[in-house]
Amino acid sequence: MGEMQELSTFWFVTFGAVKVVAVFTVVMAVVAYMTLAERRVSAFIQDRLGPNRVGPFGLLQPIADGIKNIIKEETMPGTAAKFYFVLGPALAIMPAVVTFAVIPFAAPLPTPVGTVDMIVADVPIGILYILALSSLAVYGIVLSGWASNNKYAFLGGLRASAQMISYEVALGLSVIAVLLLAGNVTLTEMVWKQQQLGLWFVFPLSLAFIFFLISALAETNRLPFDMPEAESELITGYHTEYSAMKFSMFFIAEYAHVVTASALMATLFFGGWDIPFWPGDDMFRHEGAWIRGFDESGAPIPTSPSVLITLLTLAAFSAKTGFFLLLYIWIRWTLPRFRYDQVMHLGWKVLLPAALGYIMLIAGTMLVLDQLGVAYGMLYGLVLTAVSGVTTLAFLFFVDRDRVISGAHRKRPGRARVARPAGGPAGRTTSS
Amino acid sequence: MAISVKVMRRPEAGRTSYMRATLKGMSLTFRHMVRPTKVTLEYPEEQPELSPRWRGTHRMEVHADGRPKCVACGLCPTVCPANCIRLVGGEDDQGNRYPIVYEIDEFRCIFCGMCQEVCPVEAIHVGQHFENAEYGRDRFVYDLDRLMEQDHPTTLLWDPSDPRSE
Ligand code: SF4
Ligand code: SF4
Repeated sequence: MGEMQELSTFWFVTFGAVKVVAVFTVVMAVVAYMTLAERRVSAFIQDRLGPNRVGPFGLLQPIADGIKNIIKEETMPGTAAKFYFVLGPALAIMPAVVTFAVIPFAAPLPTPVGTVDMIVADVPIGILYILALSSLAVYGIVLSGWASNNKYAFLGGLRASAQMISYEVALGLSVIAVLLLAGNVTLTEMVWKQQQLGLWFVFPLSLAFIFFLISALAETNRLPFDMPEAESELITGYHTEYSAMKFSMFFIAEYAHVVTASALMATLFFGGWDIPFWPGDDMFRHEGAWIRGFDESGAPIPTSPSVLITLLTLAAFSAKTGFFLLLYIWIRWTLPRFRYDQVMHLGWKVLLPAALGYIMLIAGTMLVLDQLGVAYGMLYGLVLTAVSGVTTLAFLFFVDRDRVISGAHRKRPGRARVARPAGGPAGRTTSS
Repeated sequence: MAISVKVMRRPEAGRTSYMRATLKGMSLTFRHMVRPTKVTLEYPEEQPELSPRWRGTHRMEVHADGRPKCVACGLCPTVCPANCIRLVGGEDDQGNRYPIVYEIDEFRCIFCGMCQEVCPVEAIHVGQHFENAEYGRDRFVYDLDRLMEQDHPTTLLWDPSDPRSE
């Protein structure tokens, strides 16, 4: 085949609508089952059983939760700013559900009327759209924290805004490394570039992946960065005053963010829907035809989309995203929450300079490789992998000893140690 | 008098790790995630194994002809620390004493088992049974008929294999 048939406007709109509904439904279903998975996995980690009464293995639990949350009484604090109090959850949930639109989730699907891209909206600004929208979510949190007229909610909102701003920077900088290598901001092209490189970006950009992972945890307000909620300090932070479905909406928003962040990590660093070690699924729209790559002489190798490849790549994408969802849960139930100053310290004094330095390093390496005439391919990737690997090890070594984050007490320079009281060495006995 | 207080010293800066500790923690949680230790008893389906000395719902022993073994001696209402046994004794024409009213308020009972210990004819017993939920508070006062109907195993207050309760 090779040549591709463009969709007529009618079919484009029809398939667009179907994709919107399908993706929204799937994301919501994943969110619902993510809550169940979170509870079951956390239970297993803690040697409990988790919810297992509703349906086989508790599989109907999310439905029961949903029904319960809808029919529960909604409370409205008497002193709350009513309009903004209601607006908060709506603002929080909207960006969370629309960001998935630009993530390609499978190889193009051939239909009798033309080839359908397996992405809701292949907008040319891709990643910028995600960065712009995902940071809007903080408005919902800040607004609901303020409108609740509750000091804990307010503190939660404040923390959320400070944390979002700090980690948005590190997130953006880690993405810049990907943009340098991919040379474009569309996510479809990033998948294609990873297929061309023969290596997923996690290898040549290993440190960027670590930065992205840390910042994504912070951006989605998940442990160990769930400062805005911080049950032990702030009750539940910004949603302290919310109940029933409004409370649920914050939860849906949080989990939708987690799903999007996982899908994004899979797309940016783990090849998106690419199936590893198999060039057969490589597919990209090049001058009006589907190509698999370029041969030695630079001529395009044609390929054609098939339903089987679409299904296989969809499975690959789901598996990768699922892995990151599990990683999110796994990290949450392992790590304790950071102290607030540690979060700020990590964001501004560690991630920001490190990410900046890393970008310079990657850009420099790429410049050298380009000057040497190394073609974009396996060798190019391996050199970058070696450079990144060394940097990553150095970074991990640096943050490992408690120079950055630790509960260890730090001797303040210029402050004399407190004199020990007489009557025995301090730290062992106290007389009374 | 000197009181010893153990003060935990925080580790000095530079002597702790974060990355390695995180990885260690993650591997620990992963081990539990894939192979959780089973400690939960799924109660309504699985029944707990009660100790032979478990003291639960009361039970009145019955003669072969259906009369309660109680001779209305009045010892159990006297000894009961929670004062939850109500006894009105009577005497039949052969001079046998029997309880006309015998009620135990299971709500007030503290299940100490002293009624069973003190009973001279081994009539009242506490039993190895705990599922006595009801829909109303009034149902918790067990009358004589109800006490005689109970058929769960009675408590071994004194375990012959463990005479010194060790
Ligand atoms: S078990 Fe103790 S509290 Fe309960 S009825 Fe017997 S003597 Fe009273
Ligand atoms: S001690 Fe035994 S015999 Fe005496 S009143 Fe109580 S149950 Fe009846």
